[in-house]
Amino acid sequence: MAMTKSRKNDVSAYQVRKTNKALDVIIWIFLFLWAVINLFPLYWMFTFSLKDNEQILTTNRFGLPKKWFWSNYSRAMNTGNILNYFKNSIIITLFAILITILAAMMASYAITRIQWRGSETMNKVFMLGITIPIQAAIIPVYLVLSKLELLDSYIALIVPYAAFSLTMAILICTGFMTQLPKDLDEAAYIDGCGRTKVFFTIIAPLMKPAVATTSIYTFLQCWNELMFAQTFNTKKDIMTLPAGIQQLTGSYTIEWGPIGAALSIATFPTIIIYILLSRRIQESFIAGAIKG
Amino acid sequence: MKRKQLDKFTIFMFLLPALLLFVGILVAPLISSAYNSFFNWKGFGNKTYLGWKNYKDLFGQEVQFSKAIWHSLILAGLSVFIQLPLSLLLALLLGRGIKGERFFLSVNFLPVLISTVVIGQLWRKIYDPEGLLNALLRTTKILGPDQKNILWLAEKTVDGKSLLLYACFIPMLWQYVGYHMLLMYAGVKSVDPSLREAAKIDGATDWQVDRFVVIPSMKQIIKVSVIFAVTGSLKAYDLIAVLADVRTEAAAVPSTVLMNRMSLYNQYGMGSAVSVILILLCFFFAILIGAIFKERD
Repeated sequence: MAMTKSRKNDVSAYQVRKTNKALDVIIWIFLFLWAVINLFPLYWMFTFSLKDNEQILTTNRFGLPKKWFWSNYSRAMNTGNILNYFKNSIIITLFAILITILAAMMASYAITRIQWRGSETMNKVFMLGITIPIQAAIIPVYLVLSKLELLDSYIALIVPYAAFSLTMAILICTGFMTQLPKDLDEAAYIDGCGRTKVFFTIIAPLMKPAVATTSIYTFLQCWNELMFAQTFNTKKDIMTLPAGIQQLTGSYTIEWGPIGAALSIATFPTIIIYILLSRRIQESFIAGAIKG
Repeated sequence: MKRKQLDKFTIFMFLLPALLLFVGILVAPLISSAYNSFFNWKGFGNKTYLGWKNYKDLFGQEVQFSKAIWHSLILAGLSVFIQLPLSLLLALLLGRGIKGERFFLSVNFLPVLISTVVIGQLWRKIYDPEGLLNALLRTTKILGPDQKNILWLAEKTVDGKSLLLYACFIPMLWQYVGYHMLLMYAGVKSVDPSLREAAKIDGATDWQVDRFVVIPSMKQIIKVSVIFAVTGSLKAYDLIAVLADVRTEAAAVPSTVLMNRMSLYNQYGMGSAVSVILILLCFFFAILIGAIFKERD
């Protein structure tokens, strides 16, 4: 390497680095401010859930609570019915996840592990589901549920939620299942296992990562859904959290603290799951968007 | 031979649960919405055939559906030209491997996961006449002591200018910056590091690397983001339902019109017509955006 050339390179590299230092600080400040904007509403929610109106509205808007009003939480639970909504949300979400995963894994097995004409087409048909919005189904599903007298029940939300999570679940499961080696099934067939046995004893147990990703995705979908929830289940004792919280404001416009407590209760499962599984959650969103 | 027969049966049984859900909740309702949109129907009793009347009425004086579509197109425009560039900037900056990359990525994505109802309720408190935003304007003296509190969420104000629509848009745009950032960040990270290295050795600055190496290779992801941003804007509902109301006029969007017609007026035929137009608009824009990106190649 020629001496002159390398020195020249050194100089330009030095200059680049020098301008970058100042720029780096600006970039970092920008990123920091944007992070604050993203965290602030949650910080504010958790702090005002522990304050009384006087602190929230005049004396202590932004700071940590000076006097801690844990009673806001018990009031949200008792008079606000939040625990009941919470229970409903858990039951509905859980069953929706179970149905979604079972249906998606079985369908994925038929599409990827059994050879038949039309398996490709079948997959494409399922994938069309991504383009169908909830708004397209809401009226007919509502009318069918009301005819079957199933409004205001767990099933009224479990089945539609499972259906609308299905496409993404099949997408994730087929993607994962095609990567499992074919020899697995072949060896089992030689041993005399049938399709059903192979599915339940060999394939399904290997699907844990796909099941985890699908569960997270479905959980977020169902836990936060509002449109179906407020239309199909309008009775208080069967409402989910989003629908319940949506109608809270009517009854509590004067006291802010209990509302903050209700919002915090609805949010903490999501935050805990995110803290534990942030990488996997992010990956599932990326996988869903890029393949879709 | 026997094995083949048996296989057909097994395939069918394995597909059955998914097919039941798919046909029962997605396909059949879609067809029934299209069919019902030509009828006057209260959900019970006789249906009367109306032809295109529901569609014509939607755009008439009373329902003002065109205004709702216009609002969602404004949102789509803001989303594509303000939200996505911000997401891209964040993705590019984080993709360079800045200190605290994982932390910023995770924090910026957090709002996507929080229920829109919770976010809506929080912003209700921020926009409250006594809430944070007005307090902030008071302490910074932008709002003088003799001026009244600004009613951000008022459907109608004294001077006739309602801020409601944009007050709803701000949290909507804010919430999903992190979503698009995450997709684009994945795109930035999938660029071969040796390409980046090579460009840098040739003397390119970080910005030049982003502009000429990274962004061109992210075209596919940017396309997906644009499609999601536009179709998402057309389908927008939750935050408007919380911050305004389904009866809102100042912030009406297609989905609020749908819910309004359905649950307040029991006009299932007209509601179905809204669904049909909404689906067609989503398809139209998805294809249009795809075509625009193809042309650019």
